[in-house]
Amino acid sequence: MLRMEAITKTYDGRSRTVMGLRSVTLDVPKGDFLCVVGPSGCGKSTLLLILGGMLSPTEGQVLLDGQSLYALSSDKRASLRGKRIGFLFQTFNLVPYLSALENVQIPLVLAGLSDRSQKERALALLQQVGLGDRLDHKPSELSVGQQQRVALARMLANNPEIVLADEPTGNLDPETGEQIVQLLEEINHEGRTVVMVTHDPRFAVRAKRTVRLRTGSVVAEENKSPVPSKHCCSH
Amino acid sequence: MHLRTIVWRELFERKNQLATSFLAILVGIAAIVSIKNVTFYSEKAVAKELDALGANILILPKSASLQDYYSADLQDEEFPEEYVTRLSSSDIQGLDNLSPKLSVPAEIEGRRFTLTGILPKSEFQAKAAWQGAGIFSRPQGCGVVATPTGNVPPAQETLVRRRVIDTLGSTDALVGADVAAVLSLKEGQTIKLLGKPFNIIALLPQTGTIDDSRIFVHLHTLQELTGKGSVLNAIEIVGCCNQISKGLVQKINRLLPDAKVVTVTQVVDTQIKTNRMMSRLSLIFVAIIVLVGGASIANYMYANVFERRREIGTLMALGAGTSFILKMFLLKALLLGLAGGLGGYALGTVLAVTLGPRLAGIPVLPMWSLAVWGTGLSLAIALVASYFPARRAAHLDPSAVLQEI
Repeated sequence: MLRMEAITKTYDGRSRTVMGLRSVTLDVPKGDFLCVVGPSGCGKSTLLLILGGMLSPTEGQVLLDGQSLYALSSDKRASLRGKRIGFLFQTFNLVPYLSALENVQIPLVLAGLSDRSQKERALALLQQVGLGDRLDHKPSELSVGQQQRVALARMLANNPEIVLADEPTGNLDPETGEQIVQLLEEINHEGRTVVMVTHDPRFAVRAKRTVRLRTGSVVAEENKSPVPSKHCCSH
Repeated sequence: MHLRTIVWRELFERKNQLATSFLAILVGIAAIVSIKNVTFYSEKAVAKELDALGANILILPKSASLQDYYSADLQDEEFPEEYVTRLSSSDIQGLDNLSPKLSVPAEIEGRRFTLTGILPKSEFQAKAAWQGAGIFSRPQGCGVVATPTGNVPPAQETLVRRRVIDTLGSTDALVGADVAAVLSLKEGQTIKLLGKPFNIIALLPQTGTIDDSRIFVHLHTLQELTGKGSVLNAIEIVGCCNQISKGLVQKINRLLPDAKVVTVTQVVDTQIKTNRMMSRLSLIFVAIIVLVGGASIANYMYANVFERRREIGTLMALGAGTSFILKMFLLKALLLGLAGGLGGYALGTVLAVTLGPRLAGIPVLPMWSLAVWGTGLSLAIALVASYFPARRAAHLDPSAVLQEI
């Protein structure tokens, strides 16, 4: 489904060039639950952003169902993200002046759904993550765990095939982190492809596959279970 | 939810910054609206006062010289009375009154005076200097502003003029103050002029000009008595000062190429200078408002884009394209400009209406056209000033803003 081919990413610093990724080739089949681990600064987040069409690689290409992501214009990549890719951030990135319900409605606004359809869908998702009684609460009125669950509901709003989660448990206590990982596992069981970046070994073992990065290179790859063939998300 | 919901909610998220930016545009537009409002009525008032001075354009024979405005018609050269018809049937705007004149010297009891033939209706209207006597009305049309305090209704003015016209018959005479004093003339007396007896129907008040040494009779009677036919020495015109500044004299020149058209330059210059000063003052204020208001909004928008980097990056990650982000900021600018423009118009109008009479000594009324003008200017400033910050937001690198936080 997703394929990185010889991806190299360099950042031009003031006096030297910093290597983000070094000729990384990676396949992410449909329905996979891939965990990317490694120490801070090893290129995990860079890999995730490149996979999501948010950061152009210096060399190599990213293919989504055979289509080169970076051959598309930035607006077309944004549109593709809105339809097929969901992002989950470590800092949740909720819009502070919108309520929980409105935050979940954002991808639906971008998709051009009617107000009624937006509300119905957002309400169902918030109930699914256990926040049916917090619809009108602003992010500042929610706990960090609740905020991450709102972010999870928002990520699911457009029913994405691919979920890219960047340290989704990084700001959470172990118990809440566990809840989020469980939700990601459920999402994966529904047939969605999940790529999660984490440095927490407790959650890394929950993935079907693990890729270890060090200084921008893949140094180890571990397969724990066969990739499910279940289909989801008709796009 | 719509894009406008997001914009509306965000607008009140950072109230202090919003208030500063809104105040800058509000005060700016209020200042320019109040200046323009007071200027409009002050120009009208100046024009009205200048027009009230009386005739300000003279049409003379081509070869005539103009050494004294009030004695300009005392020359030998003549031109056809048909010029009056040409002027009155033309489509030239700003001719408030025409006074054709024929003047000849006359000797009475061994003293020389000037006998002037006039067409009463127009002549009397042009002689605004005599209005103090309460007999004659001032010219109507230009410089006349509908004020809340109220003027003499036009119908009444016309009535007054008609009465004056009707009283000057072919054997009637109006006698200037000096003539009356020297010859000890009184109203109702008969005086013999060029061998024909005339009834003195009124003695004119002192004007301090050569007109005090004149005796006015009907133009056509004088033409007949002198045997000169349908000719004139001069036509006095009450031209609207505004129109004179817009080239009225040149238009008359084109219509009457064989005549000399002159104007009282001081009067016109005063009007032109006043108008120019007011329009320059307005321009200076517009420039200040554009700079200060524009800079304030641009600064606010740049700060807003910077503070919302993470939000913009998140929206892009969720599928927002450049046009969505651009619209989000421009819609905000539109709302800011609209509120600043309408609020500025309201505040500026209140200032003009309340302070105008105290500062400029003239009544000022609200002008709806300034609402459109003020709001348009405010919108233009807000949108132009916000365009580049909005463009910057739309072209932010989402990965960079998400990575730096």
